Amino acid sequence: MAKAALGRHQTSRQPMALPMVLYAALFVGLSLLYIIGLSLMTRGADFTAGAPYGLHNYERIVSPLYLRSLLQSLRLAFFTALFCLALGYPFAYFMAKASSRARTWLMMLLIVPFWTNALIRIYGWKILLSTTGPLNQMFLSLGLIEKPIRMLYTDFAVQVGMIYAMIPFMVLPVYSAVERMDWAMVEASRDLGASPFRAFLTVTLPMTLPGVLAGLVLTFIPSIGLFFISDLLGGSNTMLWGNMVHNELLKSRDLPFASALSVVLLTLTGLVILVYRRMGGKADSMVF
Amino acid sequence: MPEKKVLLSLRGLHKTFDTQEAVAGIDLEVYEGEFITLLGPSGCGKTTTLRIIAGLEMPSSGSVFLDGKDITRLAPEKREVNTVFQNYALFPHMNVYKNIAYGLTLRGVDKNIIKQKVDEMLDLTQLKGYEKRMPSQLSGGQRQRVAIARSLILSPKLLLLDEPLGALDLQLRRQMQQELKQMQRTLGITFIYITHDQEEAITMSDRIALMRAGRFVQLDTPRGLYEQPRTAFAASFIGETNLLTATAQAAKDDEVLLDIAGFTLPCTCTDWVTPGEKLLLSLRAERLHLSKTPVPVPCCRVTGELVHTQYAGGERLSVVSLPDGQTLRVRTSTETDQDLAPGATVYCWWNQESGVLVRDDREEA
Repeated sequence: MAKAALGRHQTSRQPMALPMVLYAALFVGLSLLYIIGLSLMTRGADFTAGAPYGLHNYERIVSPLYLRSLLQSLRLAFFTALFCLALGYPFAYFMAKASSRARTWLMMLLIVPFWTNALIRIYGWKILLSTTGPLNQMFLSLGLIEKPIRMLYTDFAVQVGMIYAMIPFMVLPVYSAVERMDWAMVEASRDLGASPFRAFLTVTLPMTLPGVLAGLVLTFIPSIGLFFISDLLGGSNTMLWGNMVHNELLKSRDLPFASALSVVLLTLTGLVILVYRRMGGKADSMVF
Repeated sequence: MPEKKVLLSLRGLHKTFDTQEAVAGIDLEVYEGEFITLLGPSGCGKTTTLRIIAGLEMPSSGSVFLDGKDITRLAPEKREVNTVFQNYALFPHMNVYKNIAYGLTLRGVDKNIIKQKVDEMLDLTQLKGYEKRMPSQLSGGQRQRVAIARSLILSPKLLLLDEPLGALDLQLRRQMQQELKQMQRTLGITFIYITHDQEEAITMSDRIALMRAGRFVQLDTPRGLYEQPRTAFAASFIGETNLLTATAQAAKDDEVLLDIAGFTLPCTCTDWVTPGEKLLLSLRAERLHLSKTPVPVPCCRVTGELVHTQYAGGERLSVVSLPDGQTLRVRTSTETDQDLAPGATVYCWWNQESGVLVRDDREEA
């Protein structure tokens, strides 16, 4: 009986999954294959690609220039994820514990900027960080500095912009993990002798770890590929992987080489997700 | 019994949530080694009272003393009180061993001593071999045992148990009741136990505090509560009882003559009763006897019409209607089963001490 019921359940699931599989194959699988195929070709005139075929694009990537860019991108993405965690966790925690009224307001603060164009918001940072901008003005009038500091067009500016752009992707999964917490566990830990801080470290943090992991992945991966933030806020020596792809595609019009760079990025992303799965991360922790 | 030492005392405890008064004035002294149960319907304030003792809730007024020290404002982690939570609240990311060792690990106890203590607890709760299991891989009864071991390992002065058997099926419940009682006796730890199951309260407790609407209705031994309920609520919450409206006729010494449906019946009474006063008499269903003939002739006897009777294995349930329309539910042993049929006139009698006058608190919230 039980077996029959299970069997019926399984067969009834398969037709439901079929459209999803088709969708993924068409829009994700095919385009992926297209890019991989392109990356094995050679650039032609007028944005075209063709023979000879080979791994020459990848050979070109293995050079100090691209290695340096890759490391710079990874380092930036790493610190972006880390700072997003440090800033986003407390925000998410207090948002989840706030009254439902306060929660609505905090959620608005987080979401509303998303309705504004990202480019415009980064332009805002450009003004904010410039030598004549409000930040420098304030520091000057407070007497903290004697002459304006150069913040714009530095790695610092890129880092700040990245954290700013990515922080909602940390807050949302952490928020949903904290919100789902069973606070009886924390009470139990207090009851057994834990101070509020120890209770947080030994119970709340491990129990919200799926949200933290999801947040780390969701902030780390896009940070490697983002190009417009470093374009607008970075200096001439800030060359992130995303900028490389962008340049090869739109400036050099080298479709095959841009594809090869993208494939490297995709492989990296795949690796991060693999590690995430290994650590017990689930795809549904990323849904909030 | 040796001299009893007060371990915990609650003085004038009140707790108000928004406008709702969850605890409305509770005074209680709990003796060392005692098994005391807070019994009552859901929402009567028993869990809030327990949480105040654990330190998870601050009382609006009143105080909590443990071992003579005022702990009302003390943080939960600083109290020598541990709690077994209603849904166990085991840490889902720790295995059985780590769950049990948690309290000692926090205290920085030496690893070898922890191991030894955890082993003792595993023995006590029959969880040997389950150390590596995660809570999600355990049955309800096993989770229950882990929750108990996790608290007992700290040798608390007082263990609070919030409906610890609520989620278990009946058979396991009965078994765990015995085990818990056994553990409490062996370890000599004071238990404050919460349940809404009157049978559980009766069989396990030394004393029961019956609660309603944030107050104690009666604080008594199981026997006292069952045999001498003081109010209609107490009488009907525990066991099955008949509440008969009676009019006092004449009172002398500690006895009062009652008029129930035209019958004159004596009843023991210690309170002052004035003739003509309306009273409520509680009669346990199984303390009533039925017969078709007028013999034997005790002093407390009424006559009525049998409206319903049903064989139920060990006992027979009958309903007798009195001349004034009040009914009596009667449980008789089927060992001396009589051939009774609805419509017949029957004699219903009881021993004088089985009838208890109770205060009518049925209308109170």
